[in-house]
Amino acid sequence: MSKEVALDKQGRIKNRVAMTDTNLLLTITVAVFFILYLSAVLSLGGGFAKPQNFLNILNNNASLIVLACGMSIVMITGGIDISVGAVTCLVCMTSAVNLEQQGGSIATALLIGLGIGLAFGLVQGYLVAYLEIQPFIVSLAGMFFAKGMTTIVSKEPVRVTSEGFLAVKDTRIIVPGLGSNNKLGQYIPAYVEVGVVIALLVVVLLFCLLRWSKLGRSFYAVGGNSQSANMLGINVRRTKFLAHVLCSVLAGLGGILYFLHVGSGDVANGAGDEMNAIASSIIGGTLLTGGVGNVLGTFFGVLSLNTIKRIVSSLGFDEAWWSNITVAAMLCLFLVIQSIVLLRKNTSKQ
Amino acid sequence: MTTPVKDPETQLKRPDEPLLKRLTRQQLFIPIAALILLVLFNLIADPTFFAISIKENSLGNPVLSGNIISVLDNASELVMLAIGMTLVTASSGGQDISVGATMAIAGSVILRMVCGGQITADTMQMPLILAVLIGIVVSIIFGAFNGVLVAYFKIQPMVATLIMFTAGRSIAAWINNNQLPIINDIAFKYAGTFLPGIPVPTPIFITVFVILAFWLVLKFTTLGLYTQSVGINAGSSRLNGLDPKLIKLLTYVILGVCVAIAGFVRVSRSGSINYSRIAENIEMDAILAVALGGNALGGGKFNIYGSILGAYVIQFLTTTLYKYDVPSTALPAYKAVVVILLVVLSAPVVREKLANMKKAPAKSAKEVS
Amino acid sequence: MQESAVLEMRGICKYFPGVRALQNVDFTLREGEIHALMGENGAGKSTLIKVLTGVYPRDGGEVYIKGVEGAAVIRSPQDAQNAGISTVYQEITLCPNLSVAENIFIGRTKGNLTNWRAMNKRTGEILGSLGIPAAPQQQLGTCSIAVQQMVAIARAVDMECKVLILDEPTSSLDDQEVQKLFGLMRDLRSKGVGIIFVTHFLEQVYEVCDRITVLRDGQLVGEYVIEDLPRVQLVSKMLGKELDDMADIKGESGGVAISQEGAPVLEAEGLCSNAGIKPFDFSIRKGEVNGFTGLLGSGRSECVRAIFGADHVTGGAVKMDGKEVRIKKPLDAMKQGIGYLPEDRKGDGIVGDLSVRENIILAYQVMKGFFRPISRAQAEAFADDYIKLLEIKTASADTPIKSLSGGNQQKCILARWLLTEPKYLILDEPTRGIDIGTKIEIQKLVLRLAEKGTSVTFISSEIDEMLRTCSRLLVMRDRKLVGELTGEDLTQTKIMATIAGGDEE
Repeated sequence: MSKEVALDKQGRIKNRVAMTDTNLLLTITVAVFFILYLSAVLSLGGGFAKPQNFLNILNNNASLIVLACGMSIVMITGGIDISVGAVTCLVCMTSAVNLEQQGGSIATALLIGLGIGLAFGLVQGYLVAYLEIQPFIVSLAGMFFAKGMTTIVSKEPVRVTSEGFLAVKDTRIIVPGLGSNNKLGQYIPAYVEVGVVIALLVVVLLFCLLRWSKLGRSFYAVGGNSQSANMLGINVRRTKFLAHVLCSVLAGLGGILYFLHVGSGDVANGAGDEMNAIASSIIGGTLLTGGVGNVLGTFFGVLSLNTIKRIVSSLGFDEAWWSNITVAAMLCLFLVIQSIVLLRKNTSKQ
Repeated sequence: MTTPVKDPETQLKRPDEPLLKRLTRQQLFIPIAALILLVLFNLIADPTFFAISIKENSLGNPVLSGNIISVLDNASELVMLAIGMTLVTASSGGQDISVGATMAIAGSVILRMVCGGQITADTMQMPLILAVLIGIVVSIIFGAFNGVLVAYFKIQPMVATLIMFTAGRSIAAWINNNQLPIINDIAFKYAGTFLPGIPVPTPIFITVFVILAFWLVLKFTTLGLYTQSVGINAGSSRLNGLDPKLIKLLTYVILGVCVAIAGFVRVSRSGSINYSRIAENIEMDAILAVALGGNALGGGKFNIYGSILGAYVIQFLTTTLYKYDVPSTALPAYKAVVVILLVVLSAPVVREKLANMKKAPAKSAKEVS
Repeated sequence: MQESAVLEMRGICKYFPGVRALQNVDFTLREGEIHALMGENGAGKSTLIKVLTGVYPRDGGEVYIKGVEGAAVIRSPQDAQNAGISTVYQEITLCPNLSVAENIFIGRTKGNLTNWRAMNKRTGEILGSLGIPAAPQQQLGTCSIAVQQMVAIARAVDMECKVLILDEPTSSLDDQEVQKLFGLMRDLRSKGVGIIFVTHFLEQVYEVCDRITVLRDGQLVGEYVIEDLPRVQLVSKMLGKELDDMADIKGESGGVAISQEGAPVLEAEGLCSNAGIKPFDFSIRKGEVNGFTGLLGSGRSECVRAIFGADHVTGGAVKMDGKEVRIKKPLDAMKQGIGYLPEDRKGDGIVGDLSVRENIILAYQVMKGFFRPISRAQAEAFADDYIKLLEIKTASADTPIKSLSGGNQQKCILARWLLTEPKYLILDEPTRGIDIGTKIEIQKLVLRLAEKGTSVTFISSEIDEMLRTCSRLLVMRDRKLVGELTGEDLTQTKIMATIAGGDEE
């Protein structure tokens, strides 16, 4: 709250300025991740030190990274979308059924996935932006709709056996220099799956979108203060609409990546991923109240969340329920921290 | 900013309004109309839907059976949740989406208590009343947890309750060490099935009791006025001596009690629990019941009887859909469509547009002249 | 359209539910002039501007802009920007989470990509030329309100506009900043920009403006060249009556020197709160009417909020009838017999969706307690009594209060507090934005209450209203109590001098 910026001798304004909220939270997130991972390596050793284990976090969470980035964008505009997990599931199932039972190709499966995402985005975006219905209610209904539709498409798990698909699914992209020797002394190269490359590409693209494009900056403006944004000449409704469309399309893409990773459609796919996505965004420094956030932070949020999950399970809490409880606890912790920071900020401004 | 119109009375009174229009403005119009539609549909499609007969249950007692009885019976949990959800909605302008998960917790706690930590028990290891009370206390704690996040940390209700929504079923599993305790004591199942010698399902009595309790609470305390006041304008409520945070917290605690009783009824139907399936998707139904009862999901004024009626209508719809072989897993999709239709119709923007459409002819005529 | 006009509005109408905010208003802005838009609260100034800039859709009338063929279509703030109208609103309409530079450029740059380097450089130049102490990369939310307001002005000025609208931009600026702004305005005027200037400060109007348009109750009163309209006449045009007409209700009710000697009801010493006011002393006697006065933001509301416990009290002692009491929250104050009608009627006063009846009994009910609800019959009796007593115009006691007019809403809030039979009643701006008739009724009511022994603190932005009701005035400046005026000193000039401050300290 400095009233005056310090002036230097020539009377020019000094260049050092306090970090913006977005950058501050990003720094914290990255630091949290490295501290977590380093302490895991140091105290639990072994498994965590292997590069492949780190790459496996990426392999297992390529879909979540994409979902969480979409979620961050909606959250930056001040909204939320809890349908992404269910959309992931629906996309998996539909793509699986398409490939396995309807003789579809990878291309049609991809189109179906993106199409479903787009359809959800258009409807939810319209309801939120143009009819001004609470995003939570809209996406809650979207979530249940997607869940119901999944079981209508197929109640039974659908395992895909198409060779072309399996070839893509099992493609391993070797990361040079990170491999290690196994017990027999053979060199095992480190690898990532195709999905990881796509997910990283998405992160980079979205980062650029948010940083430099007009639309990206509008997301921030709308989330910061939608009334002001309107007065500043930004089309608030369109911006919110596009944010929801983008989020749902990314959920569709996330569904495809998930499908590519597990290779089957199942009603349990992506269960709880909306929660993981929200938690990752929040840990990654996206404020629930909107206007602050960064997909890079979200990326590190996903990594942090999964590092913690792995720490918890390697501490011996490996029953299935601990994962959910860990995520919830992390979310709770970061929500409370955010809320305290915001409340304090508001009171100090009065 | 604005000038008051000289004579407000002309605006406020709507003397020559047609009966139909006055009727549709009634809060209970939507649930009653929906109920009538459902009844008519079933009457035309298959009048035997309404048949009530006396059958013998597994214990050989004569009990009432039929779709109507099953609607009244199966709606019990939903009615209780709808009551609590109405209060929470009114005070905090948001909904608790963790009710299904907390029901699982309450059920899990009660089962653990009566089974005494064993996997199967043939007799209750603890007086039922005590076990239920412990369940209620645990449920209140989780309700208060949600309430504190909402009221004191000012987190949007749905996001705050998302935490328990995710963790609840896992916590329920954890309480019993992921085992599925089964109680075979017939007395435990009285609450979920039938009392000996009484042909009406017990949950119906419990529901009536809960509704009566709330009627008394609303009559002999100022809960209704306070909740609405806080929900409409927390700032001005505070300046009138109310503590909006405390009242919001109170409504979440009350919802916790409702959840515990609902969880108890649910586990006593079978004497066992399935953590991931018990009361699945019930949060959706509870929110739907509140909306169907004509209550604004953004908080403020409420009508608890509307929500109760809404809950019965939803159960009626569910039972009807079951009758026509809609699989239970696909139900959420249908209900989601109903929810969206309801919120779209009640959205202020849509209402305004509809009102403008009616006015439009007159307006365009003016513009021409 | 006139030759020299850059902007013409013809027959503008705007309705809100239950109110006619603008009726058939004409407005003309010429090239290179500073045009003041004047009127009381509720006259329709802000509404007119929001209609012009596309924030509100208009319900009638046309807008013509120089260089645009035919009637201009302005449906959104973007349209207004594109048509060359840039606006600085009363409340700061920038995004606190963005940097200063972004706030200046967002929503008006061509192309789809942001060139941060160029933007920051250009912003540095703009900030430098206007002497705004902020850095381009700084997050706006970390700047002071005054700097934020200057940034908003910088944005509007940089837009190369034909029309610049300044809607009360000076309320958060200090004298130096105001002078800087005036310099800027004169500069733009010489470049041919038409400026619409809305302000409450008469001196400022006479300092920079060329022309005045006066609005009253949503209608056009007239357009005047500044030299032809002396201050007194401007005020009487704004109020809608000749100065002599203003009835001296103080005289009617037999003077205010009712009780100079009564025992103090409330005494506060060194009271301060987290709202940023300096510790102040305060006391009021039985049956006394006093008031806080000062400019907007001088801390008058914060003082009474501290007395009532509405803000978090951080220090000081309060005595009620000579006994020390602790007032930590509004309920504590209510239990001591204090009532508080807040400044923001809509935000802090009414509970909009509740009925008139429920609004009237609310405070009394809260004092009675959670387990002792007032019966329906009794509530109806209370409501009917006060609806009759205060002549509240409502269809019934069951009507939602939000559908009443502002004045009648205010009467309901008054009824709410009268029902609690307070010993001491605080009225913060009870007459703002309500019609003249009701205003006078409320003033009379205050004096009647005082006669019956209730102490009243009355706050109003209108000094003559305060003079008519109060026997003692406490003057606030910069969140500090700076003076106390009684008796002979209670004159308009003396009050103005104390508010303005200067030599007597």
